[in-house]
Amino acid sequence: MTGILGTLAEAWDEVRVHKSRVLLSLVGVFLAVFAMTSVTALGLMVAQVQQELAERSGGRAATVAVNAWDPVTGMPPAGEAWDAAVAELVQRYDIATAATIAYGETRFRMPGGTMPVQTRRVSPNYGDLHRVEPIEGRWFREGDRESLSPSIVVNEAFLTALGVPDLSSRPTVVIGGADPVRATIVGVVREGYAEELVAYRIDRSAGPWDAAAAVDPATAMYGGPSTLELWVPADQTDLVTETVKHDLSLALGGELQVDAYRTDPQGAEETIAMLRLAIRGAGTVVLVLGGLGVLNIGLVTVRQRIREIGVRRSFGATSGRIFAAVMLESVCATALAGLLAVGAAIVLVRNLPLERLLNNGIPIADLPGFPVAAAVEGMIAATAVGALAGLLPAIIAVRAKVIDAIRF
Amino acid sequence: MSLLELRGISREVRLPDESVLPILTGVDLDVAPGEHVAIVGRSGSGKSTLLNLLGLLDTPTSGSYLLDGEPTDRLSARRRSRLRGEVFGFVFQQFNLLPRRTAAENVAAPLLYARGRDYLRRRSTAREMLDRVGLGARADQVPERLSGGEQQRVAIARALVRAPRVVLADEPTGALDVETGAQVMALLAQATAENGAALVTITHDLSVAALAGRRFRLERGHLSPLVEAGALGAATSDRGPA
Repeated sequence: MTGILGTLAEAWDEVRVHKSRVLLSLVGVFLAVFAMTSVTALGLMVAQVQQELAERSGGRAATVAVNAWDPVTGMPPAGEAWDAAVAELVQRYDIATAATIAYGETRFRMPGGTMPVQTRRVSPNYGDLHRVEPIEGRWFREGDRESLSPSIVVNEAFLTALGVPDLSSRPTVVIGGADPVRATIVGVVREGYAEELVAYRIDRSAGPWDAAAAVDPATAMYGGPSTLELWVPADQTDLVTETVKHDLSLALGGELQVDAYRTDPQGAEETIAMLRLAIRGAGTVVLVLGGLGVLNIGLVTVRQRIREIGVRRSFGATSGRIFAAVMLESVCATALAGLLAVGAAIVLVRNLPLERLLNNGIPIADLPGFPVAAAVEGMIAATAVGALAGLLPAIIAVRAKVIDAIRF
Repeated sequence: MSLLELRGISREVRLPDESVLPILTGVDLDVAPGEHVAIVGRSGSGKSTLLNLLGLLDTPTSGSYLLDGEPTDRLSARRRSRLRGEVFGFVFQQFNLLPRRTAAENVAAPLLYARGRDYLRRRSTAREMLDRVGLGARADQVPERLSGGEQQRVAIARALVRAPRVVLADEPTGALDVETGAQVMALLAQATAENGAALVTITHDLSVAALAGRRFRLERGHLSPLVEAGALGAATSDRGPA
């Protein structure tokens, strides 16, 4: 036991005494491990951001969209029949998250006059399914359906057009039409291009104005729950798709056309994985170059230390002990560089404004913490480089003849 | 019984032209525990080779070397290394202190290869040894800041720190002035005597050799007892390194 401690102490002593040389030799290793670890960690986070970006439009993996319409008239099913059929389906298959979305146009009375705005009428679950993260306020709740004032969530351009800087004044906006109603803005999202106005409206409210036709007679045909979205296990997508089509068609009388298809993005992970692989390849090359630097300095140093090695042999150091000490010196040094590099990578990654850089300032819903695997990989890579770079100097140290070494 | 027992020891080296150069020939030597032995001889007479053989740093070409009654020719490399650390302490002409380590770290260095308590208590033991050689106050100085005499005292402390049974001193005063050399040699003789260790000294210095209980002359690889002062003078007339 004390033999192992002694070897470690000896190696550490060398690192401590030759700080400058060790530091110089480790710059390359530090940079390489830092780059590799940071890239791995950032890669995971970028992948998550990309995933969330894609899921914001297509839904989480796996989202199955379901539409039903009369193949003759093109009209959607009656709202009540649709709701009953969907409720039964969701209950029967114990589907945890189901959302509805309908596209339409709503006329909002803005300070400059009434403006038609593309509006999505959604159920509260839509936010979970599409990872909607308001930058201010909140997303819809189930309780919003009971409100006499319909809740809406708008984008920043909408707020600007309304002449409201933020939600601190609890702003409202009048929805025009046959039965105008004052809607309450409960949240702000960062969406839309340039000055495009975007609005989400809770799918159902308690007031009489909630009839589809009351919203906008011109778009009445789109006022129903035109699309149902189901969040299902990815490996059961095909089964769910077929089952939903079959069951809903039967529940709606068998005369309606029911279509179901997967909408969440697929293939993004492969792209990200390829990108990560390429960057890690570059990191490996840098690591090898850094390792060559350590090896080079290690070779020069061991020749300068021949006398010292001879003296240590006179103390009773065995060949194995000399080998281990020289080898461990390199390993200790690179492991230390690895540790510092991993630490620096953690500091960097944790302090990068990822939301601003990658996600247009939108909060990232499930931002992963610094991946332990990346830190472990970095440490292993640094230690391995140390072991490889220490091998040759250690062999030279052992092969030195003690007598010659002392006279050196 | 002798602690070190050499019988008919020869050491030859093969030169690049394949010829053989004899360095030691038929050397017989006995060293008893606690004994002080001096070996004098001209440069190239084989003094250092003999010391290397005694310290298990080298192996003889022929002959037998018994260490505490145990033949050394059958020892594994690992066992030789361990015995070297446990039985012998070395004092070199050029001190051979580890650069950039403090005096205390230098003295503690041999204990890195010790086991158990000796290893764990190495720092305090090193400071005690430095106190014994009168350098307790300079324990934290690096060798570059110590005088030659102080450096050799550190080397003596280092040689004695594992309480060896034999101290092998190769020209211990060779790099020091006469006065300092005498002080260092007196310290070495005293410290080894206090430890009960045998002391084998190689030297050119007549006064250093005179401190030994038994003296030998090494000439052209042959070791013989040195009895006459005249012969001692002839053997050490060359002041070059051994």
